[in-house]
Order: sequence, then structure tokens, then C-alpha cells
Amino acid sequence: MRTLAPFGRRRVQVVRAEDVGAYRVLHAADLDGPLPAAGQFYMLAAAAGWGAGEDERPHLPRAFSFLRAAGGELSFMLEDVGPGTHRLAGLVAGDELWITGPLGAGFRPPDGGRRALLAGGGVGIPPLAAWARELGGRPQALLGFRDREHAAGAALMEEAQVAVATDDGSVGHRGLVTELLAAELARDAHAVVYACGPPRMLEAVRALCGERGVPAQLALEAAMACGFGACYGCVVALRDGGYARICVDGPVLDAGRLEAVPAH
Amino acid sequence: MSAVVDFCGLRLEHPIVNGSGTFDAIAARRAFGDALLVDFPFSAFVSKTITLQPRAGNPPPRLWEAPAGMINSIGLPNRGLAGYLEHDLPQLARLPVPLITNVMGSTQDEVARLVEAVDARPEIAAIELNVSCPNVRTGLDIGADPQSLGSLVRAIRPLARKPLIVKLTPNTADVAAVAAAAEREGADAVSLVNTLRALALTPATGRPWLGGGTGGLSGPAIRHVALAQVAAVARRVSIPVVGMGGVTQPRHALELMAAGATLVAIGTENFRDPRAGKRIATGLKSLQIAKRPSTSMNTSEPRPEVDANCANS
Repeated sequence: MRTLAPFGRRRVQVVRAEDVGAYRVLHAADLDGPLPAAGQFYMLAAAAGWGAGEDERPHLPRAFSFLRAAGGELSFMLEDVGPGTHRLAGLVAGDELWITGPLGAGFRPPDGGRRALLAGGGVGIPPLAAWARELGGRPQALLGFRDREHAAGAALMEEAQVAVATDDGSVGHRGLVTELLAAELARDAHAVVYACGPPRMLEAVRALCGERGVPAQLALEAAMACGFGACYGCVVALRDGGYARICVDGPVLDAGRLEAVPAH
Repeated sequence: MSAVVDFCGLRLEHPIVNGSGTFDAIAARRAFGDALLVDFPFSAFVSKTITLQPRAGNPPPRLWEAPAGMINSIGLPNRGLAGYLEHDLPQLARLPVPLITNVMGSTQDEVARLVEAVDARPEIAAIELNVSCPNVRTGLDIGADPQSLGSLVRAIRPLARKPLIVKLTPNTADVAAVAAAAEREGADAVSLVNTLRALALTPATGRPWLGGGTGGLSGPAIRHVALAQVAAVARRVSIPVVGMGGVTQPRHALELMAAGATLVAIGTENFRDPRAGKRIATGLKSLQIAKRPSTSMNTSEPRPEVDANCANS
């Protein structure tokens, strides 16, 4: 599912920003933008102070799946882990952003009467939250986090039935989200798994679904310079040889097309 | 907009084009739809590099963000000549501007086959030669060595009726000497700079970050290197120069033109702003109107040290 982006970047205003546990959620007014499809993403750059961080970075915009899009407002979730996210995390109401998007191809609905099963965690929440909303009917979502502070992000999955796993056991199941997924698939494997999360988690989901013969759609992430197929930087190796560009061929790709989810 | 720039016989609406490999018009149409064609950012479109055989490109990671720029090691992924002609060309022919096709071969025979095939297609207005491949005898990049480049251009010049542009590498001791060799053997124009060879190390290990080992630096970080090289080349040759390197604003384009460029190409800035070409072309026009001297007696502005050698700059 792909909504075309208006050609060019546009300047939008941050209307609100709040912390949700370890994460920052930015809301921007995008009154003229089209309604995106779940799993699509935007390229974001602060209109001021972009390039003013360590090593004069960031220079390039950063790719973020949208968390919510309604009423002329776009919401994004991020974690302050590098020069780009650090600058974006510092934005407050009234600050301005350059955005380009929506870009890429999002999730496709389940076929063959399969149920949708969402799995992921960390900064992988946004496309899953948007997909739960688009699907409706409160699908099951299994989310993994490092600790309690990060697990607070599960509150952003408003329109799903959420089960949480944490590495330290502070919230929900102690262990990996793939353990929850394995149990869920053992109960009922007639599902399509929709996944987004850190590379190692996504690779574990890919491997598990491959073993069980369960179709999975993975929302992938990679460093990308442009987001619209120009730079050829964000590629992932395909099982049949060659590469796919995550920005235009994805970011949602069928797990069966990949040899593995790359580590970075 | 009326045609304002003559470049090797092509009538272009403005002096702003894209650098090869920095804008994929086919992918951009998938992302932006027909709006791309209505508001096309460049006055001519330069294709990514086409090779005789298909190439998958380098293993990832392919990008590294650098201070005021980036390092890439993409590795020229493309469908190969046959795939380009069959699949890409019909789509690129629908663009509202002339098409310049960039080719690279690893031997003289490969280059000849590419040039002949591209020259035969009426949809293509001009040919750009990427000469960043190593010479099998000297090990130097062909584009780094005036003799190697001269003999390549001499061999393929008779095969092309279309304008032939030679894309120069900045990774050489004397770029003006290479440009002069290209001109002497019949090139219609030169374009520069390609990226500067650069290395990024993985912080934790000290090993090369990029899958291809080293990469090429681009963006504002190289703008003044590009300006110096364009000026040096424009002083030496009398054929048109396509200048590029780190342009993000209209005044950067104006500076390259003051240094002698007839056209200015946008590269890395396309990644940050897909419509950068149109933004810069529009801003450049305003600057040119504002800066046009009202009489020939106007000497109040300092003249650039180098003379623009193109009548239309």
C-alpha cells in the first residue's frame, strides 16, 4: 500500500512534543499532506540547527515511520541515540521541520483468512501502531523492550491487544518477544506476522516465521540519504540475488525474500 | 521559462542539471507520481552510470554521514546496457527534458560498445563518459592519467555523433591536464568533480565501515575543492564545463559559473531536498538578474580571479 508523496520537501510546524518513557513523540501539523498508509515513512530534518551536533552532523534527513496520521497532524516516535535523533528530540512546539513523504510501500492485509499478528518492539512501534489502527478489530501485538522505561512505549499501541516482554523482567514476560511469538504461533499458526523492531529482533522473527512456514511482512530500517530511491544506499540482500532498496521497494518486505535481516 | 542556455547544441531551460547517480527519475516517479514530471527539477537529466553487464553494486553498508557531507560506496548498480535500453530508456524518454546517458566500461572495447549503442538511440541527447575505472596497465584510474584518458577519448570519439561529455575525477594530481587531454581528443565538454576518495572507520573496531572499503566524499564539505578544480579546468580548456560539488544554494551555483562552469549539477543536495534543482535554478535566475551590471562601466564589484570562458555563463 503506497500513498504518493507531494513532490519536494515541505516545512511543517511542531505542535506538541512529549516524552513517553524512554521515547519522544513529536506531533507536527501537516494540513496539506496526504493520508499515509501504515508502514510508510517520512524523511525528517529540523529546519534549524541541523548540522549543529557532534562532528557537524546531522547532514542528511532521517527516516521515520509515522505513528499516527489524523486531522492534519502527523506523529513520530523516536529515541535520542545519535546526532539526528538528538536534534529531533530537542524540538518543542513552534519549532519547524522539513518533511518529505509519505514514502515507500507499507503493509498489505492478510489473505487466506489468516489473522494479523503484530510483533516487534523498541522504536519499531510506530508502523505496528498505525497498522493496528488501519486493520481495526484490536489485533494481537507482542512487544519486546529492554526495561520498564522503554516498555512504557507500549502505551502507544492503543488499538491492539498488547503483550509485553522485557529483557530484565520488569514488565510482562521476562525474555524475548520471539518467545511470546513462538507460543502464539504454537497456539494458532494460521496468521500473517507483521514485524518491526531492532535488527536482531527482526532477524529472530524472520527465522522463526521461516521455520514455522508462517508468512511475515517485515518493516525494515536502514541508514538512507534520500528516502526516494536516488542514493541506492539503503539496500538489503535478497535471497534470489541482488539487492532491494528499502526506501522504494520497502520498507515493508516479505520475510521470505530475505536471506537475513542485516545487522545495521 | 524560455530556453536560456546553449550546451553543446542542446537548448536548456536553465543551467541546473543533476550529477550522475544522484537522482533516479524512475524511482522518484514511483514515490512522487506525475508531479515529478510537471515540476521536473533539472533542465537535462543525467542517468546513473550504465555498464555493459548488469551490476548489483557493493555490499552494504554503503553510506557514512560525514561532517557537512557523506561518503558513499554504492558500486554503480545498474541493469546493464541491454536492460537500460529495454527497461529504463522508454521511461526516461518520457521526461520533459533532454536525456544524457552516463556510461562506464572497464576496457576500451566495452566503452566503444556502450558509446555506439547509446549513440544510436534518438531518445538520448548526449553521452557522458565515467572514467573512474582503473587502467589495467597502469593501475591508475583512467580519468586520473592524461595519457590513458586521451587515448580512450581518441578511440571512441569517432563512434559518437552526439555530444560527448567526459566526467573527470578529482582524485588526480592535475585535473586541468586531464581535461586538456579530453579536449584535445575531441570531447565536447567536461564535467567535474566526481566524489573525493574517502575512508570511514567503524568506531568500535577501526576497520573500514563501508562494504566497498573506501568510498567517495560529497556534499558541502567538498564545495571549495570543486570550485578550485572547476576554475583550474575552465582556465585550461575552451569547451563547456559542467561544474558540481557541494552546491546547496543558488549562490553556490553562481560561484561555479563565475569560475567558468556553463552548467551546474546538483548531487547530494537532491537527497536532502528532492526539488533542490528547481529551487536553485529559480534562485539563480533572481541572483543573475540582481547582479547584471547596468552598464559596461560598472566596475564596483570585484572580478573573479578566473574568467568565465563560456559566452552564456
